Parts: sequence; structure tokens; C-alpha cells
Amino acid sequence: MAVVQDVHGHHDHHPSGIMRWVTTTNHKDIGTMYLWFSFAMFLVGGFLAMGIRAELFMPGIQILEPELFNSFTTLHGLIMVFGAIMPAFVGLANWQVPMMIGAPDMAFARMNNWSFWLLPVAGALLISSFFVPGGAAAGGWTFYPPLSAQGGLGVDMMIFAIHILGASSIMGAINIITTILNMRAPGMTLMKMPMFVWTWLITAYLLVLVMPVLAGTVTMLLTDRHFGTSFFNAAGGGDPVLFQHVFWFFGHPEVYIMILPAFGVVSEIIPTFSRKPLFGYSSMVYATASIAILSCVVWAHHMFTAGMPAVGQLFFMYATMLIAVPTGVKVFNWTATMWRGSMTFETPMLFSIGFVFLFVIGGFSGVVCAIVPIDIQVQDTYYVIAHFHYVLVSGALFAIFAAVYYWLPKWAGRMYDEKLGKMHFWLSMIFFNVAFFVQHFLGLAGMPRRIPDYSLQFADFNMISSIGAFGFGLTQLLFLYIVIKCIRSGEKATDKPWEGGSTLEWTLPSPAPYHSFETPPVIK
Amino acid sequence: MSSKSVVALLGSATLAFYSSMAFSSKYNFPEPQSSIAQDIYDQHILALWICLAIFIGVFGVMFYSIVKHRKSVGYKAANFHHSTLVEIVWTTIPLLILVAMAYPATKTVIAMKDTSEADITIKATGYQWMWGYDYLQGEGEGISFYSKLSTPLAQVANKEPKGENYLLEVDNNMVVPVGKKIRVITTANDVLHAWWVPAFGVKQDAIPGFIRDVWFTAERPGIFRGQCAELCGKDHGFMPIVVEVLEQEKYAQWVADKQKASAAVVTTAAVGN
Amino acid sequence: MTQSVTKINVAMLKKLLVFSMIMFGFGYALVPMYEKFCEVTGINNLLQPDVVDKNIKVDMTRLITIGLDANVRGLPWQFKSLQSNVKIHPGESIEVMYEIKNDSDREVSGQAIPSYSPRFLEKYLKKFECFCFTKQVLKPGEVRRMPVKFIIDPQIPVDVSAVTISYTFFALEPGK
Ligand code: HEM
Ligand SMILES: [Cu+2]
Ligand SMILES: [Cu+2]
Repeated sequence: MAVVQDVHGHHDHHPSGIMRWVTTTNHKDIGTMYLWFSFAMFLVGGFLAMGIRAELFMPGIQILEPELFNSFTTLHGLIMVFGAIMPAFVGLANWQVPMMIGAPDMAFARMNNWSFWLLPVAGALLISSFFVPGGAAAGGWTFYPPLSAQGGLGVDMMIFAIHILGASSIMGAINIITTILNMRAPGMTLMKMPMFVWTWLITAYLLVLVMPVLAGTVTMLLTDRHFGTSFFNAAGGGDPVLFQHVFWFFGHPEVYIMILPAFGVVSEIIPTFSRKPLFGYSSMVYATASIAILSCVVWAHHMFTAGMPAVGQLFFMYATMLIAVPTGVKVFNWTATMWRGSMTFETPMLFSIGFVFLFVIGGFSGVVCAIVPIDIQVQDTYYVIAHFHYVLVSGALFAIFAAVYYWLPKWAGRMYDEKLGKMHFWLSMIFFNVAFFVQHFLGLAGMPRRIPDYSLQFADFNMISSIGAFGFGLTQLLFLYIVIKCIRSGEKATDKPWEGGSTLEWTLPSPAPYHSFETPPVIK
Repeated sequence: MSSKSVVALLGSATLAFYSSMAFSSKYNFPEPQSSIAQDIYDQHILALWICLAIFIGVFGVMFYSIVKHRKSVGYKAANFHHSTLVEIVWTTIPLLILVAMAYPATKTVIAMKDTSEADITIKATGYQWMWGYDYLQGEGEGISFYSKLSTPLAQVANKEPKGENYLLEVDNNMVVPVGKKIRVITTANDVLHAWWVPAFGVKQDAIPGFIRDVWFTAERPGIFRGQCAELCGKDHGFMPIVVEVLEQEKYAQWVADKQKASAAVVTTAAVGN
Repeated sequence: MTQSVTKINVAMLKKLLVFSMIMFGFGYALVPMYEKFCEVTGINNLLQPDVVDKNIKVDMTRLITIGLDANVRGLPWQFKSLQSNVKIHPGESIEVMYEIKNDSDREVSGQAIPSYSPRFLEKYLKKFECFCFTKQVLKPGEVRRMPVKFIIDPQIPVDVSAVTISYTFFALEPGK
């Protein structure tokens, strides 16, 4: 205990300049670094996406040779998942969890620093792998062997980066669990916690459960590549399909790791701007928990074409379809929260409504994918690409935007430009749909994913999709401008800029003090 | 505009949109050529209608609320925050809908797995980057050939105008007779590939060292095209699958020609010795 | 206070180091442990022939077609079965013959693994003699015939009428 005590002790002088950031153990500093890091990775991943869409703008090979194209898609996926979305949510947790539960800081402040500073190393490894002989990994973000056994040094760098990222996530998750379970203000029982805190608690458990599995998977791949083992190598009695099982045992919970905190964000914002309490709080908690549990027994729905026995396919189909029930409950709860509220539509609310609207489309295509016979047709096509961009971009990413607009006044002590924020929303909304809705059609009509060139019948939808993607990419620069403008010259924010805000962070001054709650607030 | 007309407009627009999807294959699955593909097509349409109905229901309510329950029109917030009855109802109804979707799907899954009593068995082997076909059993037994992309590289490099079947044409089509049950065994030489022909509703990964099987019965003669559906490296996008379905007599003719040709190869080889 | 904190931290560091060393060692200890485990429980005994009940009934009412498939991966070999198909009654034992031939002018070794379709065939196929998971070394130009002796358990589901047994030869790196 003494160790923790020491860290939380009062030392009001901090190192300045770069060393402030390198040595900081403050949850706000670390949260800020997480968020900026993830935005930087978002731009890198976005750059790769623009490359992909530019190549696919027209039939024929124009700018990316097939091998480089494959590296682009692979690194785009890895960087977006592990570099952009996940760190952004950890950043939000770092800022908000202590403030929302009335704690002064995170439980393990030094580990917090360490888990952040691992990330730039991993990011650098991933990016620099483009420049090593043989190029970056090109086996898809799912890096199935035997293909991933073929690559060069780039694959090893990817494996190492994943190890590091996994270690960082596990530390972050342990920190969040400990903070939430031990540092809540007196009177804040579990069932009084804000939804954002709840969803993160459950997410953190999922992380602790599945990140070691991922680490094990990549380690097995590494030893197969270099140390003569045959886990996934048929020649030595192994099985390539085993890899898919272990990968997706991590992979499916992973997709919920990326969406549950988004559910939490939206469950904070919708009540605030509806000026009405969240409808069905306890059913929200139970729905989140049951989604998390179910998400651990549906992994093989990514492998319906790998050749499972019928009973296997049926089990995974039923289990997957079941997830739609608690997910539906959440959507109904959000709708009921808005019902007969007194709504206003500031940017965070717009992004939240956009989230619900588009996430539901992604959920529908998820159910369609869960039906085995249909999935046999759409698996590994653009239909699946459309599905998971609806849940990840207009799902997770929109929720992150909503969260940033919602809490920026508290973080920076200044308001963002509402007009520009709304513009950011509408442009994102329109371009996103232009880019991704047509991909449903492409997939149904038979365009496989991960191809650098396609037959002529797919040409017009691909062009539309590319135009939408370029628009979406450019729009995100507007977001950068809005945030910088807010931090440097935004209007001063009041302590509680949103009339309907009811969680603890709004009782603190804006910007929030360096140590959130020196004396814990008491919850009635 | 009144909220009702907003809802009505939105509803009919979506409806028109979705039904256009159902009738033109640019927006939907290609025209089914086998009973399984037909089942898949029908189930997909059913799923779309169900999704559409739920979508209109949920967002009808939400957009009504967005229009009416806003502060700017002076609406005062109510303060309810749960209702056990409503919550039970909206948990049960989706459950029932899912059962309705799962039931036909289950039947199709079982039918898809039934590879027994096949008339012809063909092994499709994925190579980086082409397919190999071996006729293992039934009429044509012993025929064996590779099937490679035949689109000229100049078309890919934009130096020549692209042909009608750009990237979907091969030197040797896989040929099958109409109306016969064809069992396809998939395997691979190097990495994973997947053998996929959308019109027949079959897609099966090809795994080195292991065999998997699928089946289809083509209902009409014609040429049906598909592509490799599992990332297999550099030229993954350039290893199409073309299945040519022939009338029975023509198929017999094709088999005879093939066998004559390979016999000729064997004799010349023998003479050469 | 700082004094005691340093002490606590150093003690903690030592414990953690010892713990990581033990975990590292444990990784290696797993290899003999699993071997022992499989030996005791009899799992994963790839080389031992299956045993079947002596007085198993032959089911004369059914005839199953067995496709015999052969593949080579990364070897300069030809590999084929001498019969492409056989028909047997469930419960009846049969011997089929596979042949490998080294087309190259150097000594090469390889090893075959089996695969079945439908996949549950594995449960009903009882092999008394087989060449899979056994290293084969072929001199330049050498031809070798290898028998597979098996029966199909009459318990196999009634709707199964055709199955495939497939072998794939992979190259073995020298020294294994
Ligand atoms: C109603 C809930 C959902 C259902 C029923 C569902 C179902 C599925 C199914 C069956 C697949 C496999 C498709 C295929 O490969 O053929 C899939 C893929 C995927 N889903 Fe979902 N999903 C749901 C929600 C989500 C959420 C919330 C996320 C993430 C935020 C997500 C992310 C993904 C991703 C990333 C893939 C593609 C993985 C890949 O192949 O690279 N899904 N989903
Ligand atoms: Cu999944
Ligand atoms: Cu491929």
C-alpha cells in the first residue's frame, strides 16, 4: 500500500518540457497522450486507407503493386484496431473513469505511464516495417498461416508489435479494473456507477481474458516461423485452421472491446441531451454483461467457410444470433431515453444519434452474416467490409468523436466551435455512407475483399466508394482543426456546460484540476 | 412538414430502395443456378424485409421523438426511467424473430453438408496463383488440368482496353454436365485459398494438407464465374474460377476429347522415350 | 518512509524475477509433461494401429465407395494410389496400395499426413496398417509401394455412401 501512497502524495512541482510527458503519472496527462497518439495513428491508418481507395478508384493496377496493396490493407487494419480505436478508448477511460467515480487518479499510476509509453514503440515498429527488406506484413490483419509464415522480417516486426500492444492493453485493463473496484467514492455502489464506467469495467475483463490468447497465438506463429514447431503447419502434423480458432477466440471479443466503451459513451450523452435519465439502467448493465459473455462463444462465425461440421456451424450461428437480443435491448433503451425528453442537438448528441442509426445498420448486416447459408456467400467479400465499417467507423469512431466533443470543455476548459462541430458531423455522416453503403452491393454481387483490382461490373460502385472515402478522410482534418482551435482560443467553458449532465465530472471546475478529487465526494 | 409525412416519406424511400435491391443483380446476389443458391437468395431477401420492418419501427419512433420532443419547441422532459413490461416485450419479440430466421437456415445448412450420392467428384487444388482440377470419380475420371487467368497482363497494366470478362476468364474452364450432382473436394498446395462460385452458392476454403468438400447441381447450361475468396498472397485477385455447364451429350464429347488428348500426350511421351 | 519503500520495492522486484524465471522454465517443462500426459492417457498415438473387436459384424446391406486421393507438396515425387476407388461393405477389411516415386536425382525424405471427407470418417475408420506420420526416404528414382489396411466401422451413419481418404506428402527438412 505504501507504494501507492507515495505516488499519490502531493508534489506540486512537475518536471517541465518533454520530461513532464515522459515521466508523468497523472491520469489526465496520460489520457491526453493516449488520445493524441491514437489520433496520430488514425491519420497514418487513414493515409493507408486513402491509398487503398485510390488504387480501387478504377479497374486496373495504377499506383499500388499487388504486394504493396496487401501490405497497405494489412497495416491499415492493424493500425486502426490496435493503434487508433483501442488507445482512444483507453485514453477516454484514463481521463474519465477517475473523474466519474470520484477518485483522485488511477490506481497504478506508474504502470499507467508504462502502458502508454509502450504504444509509440509498437507503432514505430509497425510503420517502419514498410521500409525493411521484404516490406511490411501482407497477410491481412488476421495474418492466417501458412501465408503469414511466408513473409519476411516485416511479419516478425508485426508479431513483436502485437506482443507489445498486448502487454500495454493488459496493463491498462488491470489498472482500470483496480481503479473501478477500489477507488469509487463512498456511496457509489456498483449499480450507481455511470454506464461509461460499467462498460469499461466489462471491457477490461474481456481484455484481460483475450489479450493473452492473442499473445499466445502470435508466439506460436513466431516459433513456427523460426524455431521449427508445427502448431499451424500441416507438414509436421499441425493444422492451419487451429490458428483461426485461437485467433478468433481473441478476435471476436476484441470487436466487442472496441464497441462496449462506445455503448458507454452514448449511454452518457443521450440522457444528458435528452435531459432525462437513462432508460433501463439495470437492463443496460445486464445487456452489456451478456454481450461480453456471449462474445466468447461465437468466434467460429468467422470460419463458416473453413469447413466445420454442421453441428458446429449451427451452434455458432445460434449463439451469434443471440447476441442481437441484448444489442437490440440497448438500442431500444436509447430510443426510450430520447422519447419524451427535452432534446437539444449539440455535436456530441448528433454523433450519438448518428452512432445509433448507423450502428443498427451494422448490426443488421451482422445478423445477416450470422445466418450460415448467407454468410457462405458474403464471407470474405465487400459485404463483410461494409458490415464491420458500419460497426467500427460509424460505431466506435463516431462514439469517440462524440466523447471528445462532450468532454473537451471539461478537459480544456474551453468550448469547441459548435458550428464547425456540426459541420464535422454532417460531412462525416454523408461521406461515410457514400463510401460504405455501396460496398454492401459490391459484396452481394460477388466482389472479394483484399483484392487490388476487380472486374468491370464493380467499377461504378468502387468509384463512388472511393469518392466517399476521400471526402471522409478530408473531413477528419476539420476535426483536428476544431480541436486545436478549441484548445487555443475556444470560449471559456463553465463547470457544467451541458445542462443535462449529471455525472460527477461536472461537479469539478473546468478545466479539471490536476488531481481530480482530493477529497472523495459522497454519493447519496 | 408534419412528422407523419416525414415518416411516410422516409419509409417509402427506403422501401423503394430495398425492393430495387431485390430485383436487380447489380445490387444483389447473382441469379441462383442451384437449389442451395436459391435458398440463400430467398433467405437473404427475407432477412432484408425483416430488418427493414424493424428499422422503420425503431427509427420511426426515434425520429418522431427527435422532431417532437425537442427543447426548441418547448417540450418538457418526462422523468420515467424503466418499465419491466416493456423491457420483457422487447427482449422476447426479437428472440422470436431470430428463431423464424434460424429455422430455414438450419435446413439449408444440413442440405449443404450432404455430399453423398454425387455423380462426379472433382478435386480443386489451390496454387499460388491458379487452380488445378482433377476429375476423381464419375464420368471424366482421370482428367486433370490447371486453370489460370487468361486476361493479358497489358489489360491489367492499363495498356490495352479491358475485355468483357476482365479478370474473370481462364485458359481451361472447369467443365461439368447439367443436372448432375457435382462434389468438389478442395485442398491447396501452399497457402489457404477458397473456391467460390456465387451462382451455385458454394464457397469452401482450400487448406494445404487437408481436404474439404462441397456440392452443387447446376440447373442450366452456361458459364459461371467466381474468384478465390481467401487472401493467398500477391496474386490473390488474379485466380478466378470459371465453371462451364454443358448439356449431357456435349459433356460426354468434352470428356472424350480430353481423354483422347491426354492419351496422345502419353503416346508421344512413350515414343519420345 | 522512503527507506522502507525502497526495501519493499526491491523485495518485490526479486520475487517478480524469480517468478518470471519459474514461468520461463515451466514453458520448457511443458514438453516432457505433455509427452507423459499423452502416454498415460493414450491420446495422440498416431503410430499405433487401431484395434477392433474381433467379431465385428460385416454389414452386407451397405456398400460404401471410398475415394483414394493422393497429393504431394514441395517434393519432387510422384504419389498415387493404385486404385482410384474401392467399394466395400462396412466391417469388411481391405488393403489398398499407394505408390511413391522419387523423380529427382538426390535422396529425399518426406512424410504423409491423412485427411478425410466427410470429417467424421476419422471416427469410423480403423486402420491396421498405414504409412502416415512415418518418415519415408527415397533414393534417386526409387519407387516404393505402401499398403493401407483398414475397415470401416458399421456404426457409420446410414446416409453415408461415399467417402474420401486423402494423403498428402510433405517434404521433411533434412535432420528431422
Ligand atoms: C449484432 C451484432 C453483430 C453480429 C451478429 C455480428 C456478426 C458478424 C459475423 C457473422 C461476422 C463474420 C463475417 C464473415 O467474415 O463472413 C462478422 C465480422 C466482423 N465483425 Fe461483426 N457482428 C456484430 C457486431 C459487430 C461489432 C459490434 C463489431 C465491432 C465493433 C464487429 C466487428 C466485426 C469485424 C471487424 C468483422 C470482420 C473481421 C474480419 O474478417 O476481418 N461486429 N460479424
Ligand atoms: Cu465476430
Ligand atoms: Cu486467394
